[in-house]
Amino acid sequence: MTAVATLDWRDQIFDVLQDHDIRQVYHVPDAGHGRLIEACQKSNSMLTVALTTEEEGIPLAAGAWLGGQRSVLLMQSSGVGNTVNLMGMTKTLRFPFLTLITMRGDYGEFNSWQYPMGQGTPKVLEAMGVLLYSVDNAAEVKATVDAAARSAFNGGQAVAVLLRQKLIGIKNFGKK
Amino acid sequence: MSTQAQRATLQRRPLVKRILAGADDNLLVIGGLGSSNWDITEAGDRPLNMPLWGAMGAPVPMGLGLALAQPAKRVLVITGDGDMLMSLGALATVAAQQPDNLAIVVLDNEKFGETGNQATHTSPRNNGPTDSGAGTDLALVARGCGIADSATVREAGEVEQFVKDARTKKGPVFRLVKVMVEKLEFVMPPQDGALLKDRFRQALLGQP
Repeated sequence: MTAVATLDWRDQIFDVLQDHDIRQVYHVPDAGHGRLIEACQKSNSMLTVALTTEEEGIPLAAGAWLGGQRSVLLMQSSGVGNTVNLMGMTKTLRFPFLTLITMRGDYGEFNSWQYPMGQGTPKVLEAMGVLLYSVDNAAEVKATVDAAARSAFNGGQAVAVLLRQKLIGIKNFGKK
Repeated sequence: MSTQAQRATLQRRPLVKRILAGADDNLLVIGGLGSSNWDITEAGDRPLNMPLWGAMGAPVPMGLGLALAQPAKRVLVITGDGDMLMSLGALATVAAQQPDNLAIVVLDNEKFGETGNQATHTSPRNNGPTDSGAGTDLALVARGCGIADSATVREAGEVEQFVKDARTKKGPVFRLVKVMVEKLEFVMPPQDGALLKDRFRQALLGQP
């Protein structure tokens, strides 16, 4: 087995973000993105910005782009609903936007409160004109995030990658 | 009935004109939707202005993203109390980053100007059935969020120092300016967001 093949998919995402010269990383605390966030926090080339609400990530990304830097918004599906109105900025300003979304309320979810926004997430993003990529297989994460970053920064699109719950694993709060 | 707004003596347009006087390529300006947009445009539309026509709550985080990307430039966010109230958490996000090149100026007339001058939460409490707010002090909110250099400007005699602070003082700087309620002419910049973004990047980076 090669060294690359043993890399965790979260580490592969970090590598892809570095390859695409992502300089600002916006996030809220998230178990699914936890390892990636820590890698970004330790990176010398990336600046991480902790948000009070996911909504801040859209204008932050717009401001970074005005200033010539690429960014990414890391959030959970429950945060997508917080971003809807300002997500419209990706259309009005037409700037490249990339977000990576860890899904809840998606596949074997234990917490019923996660289902409404989890199930609504793809529809809400589509309604706002965001291009959707979805991945539930660890082997396809790297290529998918890379393609999403190309669509965003080369193609000028607003792009979301849904990291499905099947990929992340089911949070069970100690229950079997 | 004596409200804070009635006591305010500063006029927003001449004030914004003074803040932006002599603006050069080192000054990057974001204007919040509505009155602040018209204010910065009357002072002189320029490529390095990013006037918003919507996106309420966006100016402060947008200014932060820009300030972090362009640490050698001065970034100035000019917006109103209604807009600021919609993104209070962004003040904590700014405080966590402590960008030394960012100044936030909130022109507080205690009203939602674009929708008919309804009271915002910065209006006084117990100010009648249709005009009461909460007496919210946004300068105190900013300080509480962790922006230590936060102050309120009320008098003409304070304006000169205020302008210096907004333009040059080590950030993050937050200034709440109590301004009069006025009926002013709409002075509109281009509306196309992509055009505004492209001309900004062209002027700053040499490419759209």
